[in-house]
Amino acid sequence: MQAFSALIDGLIYTRSRDQKVRLIADYLRDTPDPDRGWALAALAGTLSIATVKSAAIRSMAEERFDPMLFRMSRDYVGDTAETVALMWPDVKADAAAPTVSEVIDLLNTASRARAPLLLAELMDRLDANGRYALLKLATGGMRVGISARLAKTAFGRAFGVSVDDVEEVWHALRLPYAELFAWGEGKSARPDPADSAFFRPFMLAHPLEDGNVDLEDFVAEWKWDGIRIQIASTGGETRLFSRGGDEVTAAFPEIAAAFTGIGVVDGELLVRGDVQGGEAASFNALQQRLGRKNVTAAMQAEYPVFVRLYDILFDGTQDLRSQSWSARRERLEYFAARLDTVRFDLSAIIAARDFDHLAEMRAGAREAAIEGVMLKRRDSPYLAGRKVGLWYKWKREPLVADCVMMYAQRGSGKRSSFYSDYTFGCWTPDGTLLPVGKAYSGFSDAELKWLDRFVRDNTVARFGPVREVEKSLVLEVAFDAVHESKRHKSGIAMRFPRISRLRRDKPADEADTIAALRAMIG
Amino acid sequence: MWIDPSRPAERALVTHGHADHARSGHGAVWATPETLAIMALRYGTEMGTPMPYGDGFEANGVKISFHPAGHVLGSAQILLEHAGERVIVTGDYKRRFDPTCAPFEAVACDVLITEATFGLPVFTHPPIAGEIAKLLAAREANLDGCIVVGAYALGKAQRVIAELRRAGYDAPIYIHGAMQKMCDLYAAHDVPLGDLILATGLAKAEMKGAIVIAPPSALNDRWAQRLPDPITAMASGWMRVRQRARQRNVELPLVISDHADWNELTDTLLELRPTETWITHGRTDALGRWCELHQLKARALDLVGREDEDES
Repeated sequence: MQAFSALIDGLIYTRSRDQKVRLIADYLRDTPDPDRGWALAALAGTLSIATVKSAAIRSMAEERFDPMLFRMSRDYVGDTAETVALMWPDVKADAAAPTVSEVIDLLNTASRARAPLLLAELMDRLDANGRYALLKLATGGMRVGISARLAKTAFGRAFGVSVDDVEEVWHALRLPYAELFAWGEGKSARPDPADSAFFRPFMLAHPLEDGNVDLEDFVAEWKWDGIRIQIASTGGETRLFSRGGDEVTAAFPEIAAAFTGIGVVDGELLVRGDVQGGEAASFNALQQRLGRKNVTAAMQAEYPVFVRLYDILFDGTQDLRSQSWSARRERLEYFAARLDTVRFDLSAIIAARDFDHLAEMRAGAREAAIEGVMLKRRDSPYLAGRKVGLWYKWKREPLVADCVMMYAQRGSGKRSSFYSDYTFGCWTPDGTLLPVGKAYSGFSDAELKWLDRFVRDNTVARFGPVREVEKSLVLEVAFDAVHESKRHKSGIAMRFPRISRLRRDKPADEADTIAALRAMIG
Repeated sequence: MWIDPSRPAERALVTHGHADHARSGHGAVWATPETLAIMALRYGTEMGTPMPYGDGFEANGVKISFHPAGHVLGSAQILLEHAGERVIVTGDYKRRFDPTCAPFEAVACDVLITEATFGLPVFTHPPIAGEIAKLLAAREANLDGCIVVGAYALGKAQRVIAELRRAGYDAPIYIHGAMQKMCDLYAAHDVPLGDLILATGLAKAEMKGAIVIAPPSALNDRWAQRLPDPITAMASGWMRVRQRARQRNVELPLVISDHADWNELTDTLLELRPTETWITHGRTDALGRWCELHQLKARALDLVGREDEDES
């Protein structure tokens, strides 16, 4: 555990990406199996210990510490695990520190009721840094500035293999990745997942800034506002994956059941409706279905889902990814024709004469509530990740509104000492402000400092961690869409709001009205 | 008569030389000889009445005396006695050994006016030997570069240097120009700091493998760019919290503080058991809550001119 906690702290304090990769690579080379496999899983975000949830850690803390002192400490530190690790007394026993795999084995085999007790015993055998690493390991979510991609890159660096080769089989591997390390050390061939339905990395798009592409070389499709989904089927088994490779089959059983093809396809999961160009419901409708473990028949009937297919990666067992988009499209059309039309259709190609014509059609997309346009090179292979020059997303301009800051709350993590989360409102006809959204991004570090100072200097009331401020600061808020919402008193909610500008020049009473926002509902 | 007044006052009792306690422009000043020397260095020719530890005087029927606080060179607690009642103002204090100043003296009192800078249970400062060992290990591993340690020019810098010496590190230590006079002052008060070299104007090659001590404000400044591949360290009690270290771009956090940590604060309260405790700057709410849990009468005392949170 000491080597692992030293690695975690090293990653926290190291700024250079290259240095982080080196730290992880050194650890992976020097640490025996299975510790390093568990550590790699923790860094890549694939480790989950079902018996320990962060709520269990909070209740463990509240049992040991005075709840008020704990809350004050948590509020200052900005991270529950770190707060508990720091408050926990150093037990002076000479107990040997547990190994990573000892921790995992103990917690994974414990009952949910007994797990907190075991965790407490493990805490007693560690110092403050070890306790922090232990809690992070147990709850997942390391928050050390490492993406799954970087963890895989470090594995590649440690053993001199290509990260794309790691990526390709990654999602078919089982923890703690013994086969992967055996391959890395040259003791065996690359793991071959052959006959299972597993996730392949998505191909992603760059934003089209202010360029121009030739429609001779590029094809245009609408960018639908749902969730990107991959369906993989071996015939025997069908699984659905979201953007990050998380399995979402259970949330959409009707899609898995209706998919009769064998292969791997890429598409957008949508709810039937008449919002997006009259073809699909808003993202808000889809949200009703997300994150549910069990879906009732009533949910399925109220929010009927379907998949609009973009691409095909495998037809049967044949890997099509090295072929051109045009060749894959032809295969996709043939493939899709055999699927149930209630659940599957094809993403249409936009028939634009040229780029200007396309721009005109895109400008009309707001009325149709469509997110924007995708541009794909006709000769592009299907490559993992974001590759320059192949796929572009050309989003429509965001909507903006001038809102007034009402409440502020401290952020967490890196921003835990700053008031960085802002609730803002717009005016009702009778001159009161009602909250319309909350944002915590879009501003620079310098602006954050200024905003933090503003909040501290203009606090009029405190409700626990929330400060109510003088209603004097106008924030220009950018957002992708606005829709009806029963959860908010104002009756509306924004999609992806962020602060686009501080309007220190604008008097608060000139900010926008709720009615003006309502008029933007698409 | 005021204690550590934040604005110029006719008559001021000053606990120690840090700028948020010792301001310039007072009329008459009473402080320890070391604190007066520090004020003279910082503010020019300021006069005052020296009060060595244990000494006192009487004003308006109140007996006033100065006692060691263990915070920095010359730091004092101030004891006020009147009609059999004793009030202690701790100023800033710590209970640990510090080679650069006299150790804290527990003074029996009825009312304790205590600081609470690190008054949250997450703040427990580890033994300094381990932190110094971390610093020396980082230097060993980076002999082609250097380690630049952010430390306050008064107190922390000299303590880190003295502790490095105690750990057997006898190579020259490089210091930022802003620290030189204060280091000289310490040396003149019998706090040997060994061989110190001014870091300004030296060639990069000369400073390879060096330990450089600089004020925190210089760490992310152009000044630090002239150092050879520096690793940024910081000696502060705030380094206990990871994100605080990250916010300051610190790569090597050293949890070294001249303030009492949570255990020292609470142990002192249990040891002195004052009938009443007033909590001044720092986390008054949390220490107040602890007093409530331990059935000690306490109240928060709001002070002007002190930062409510992080050290500035």
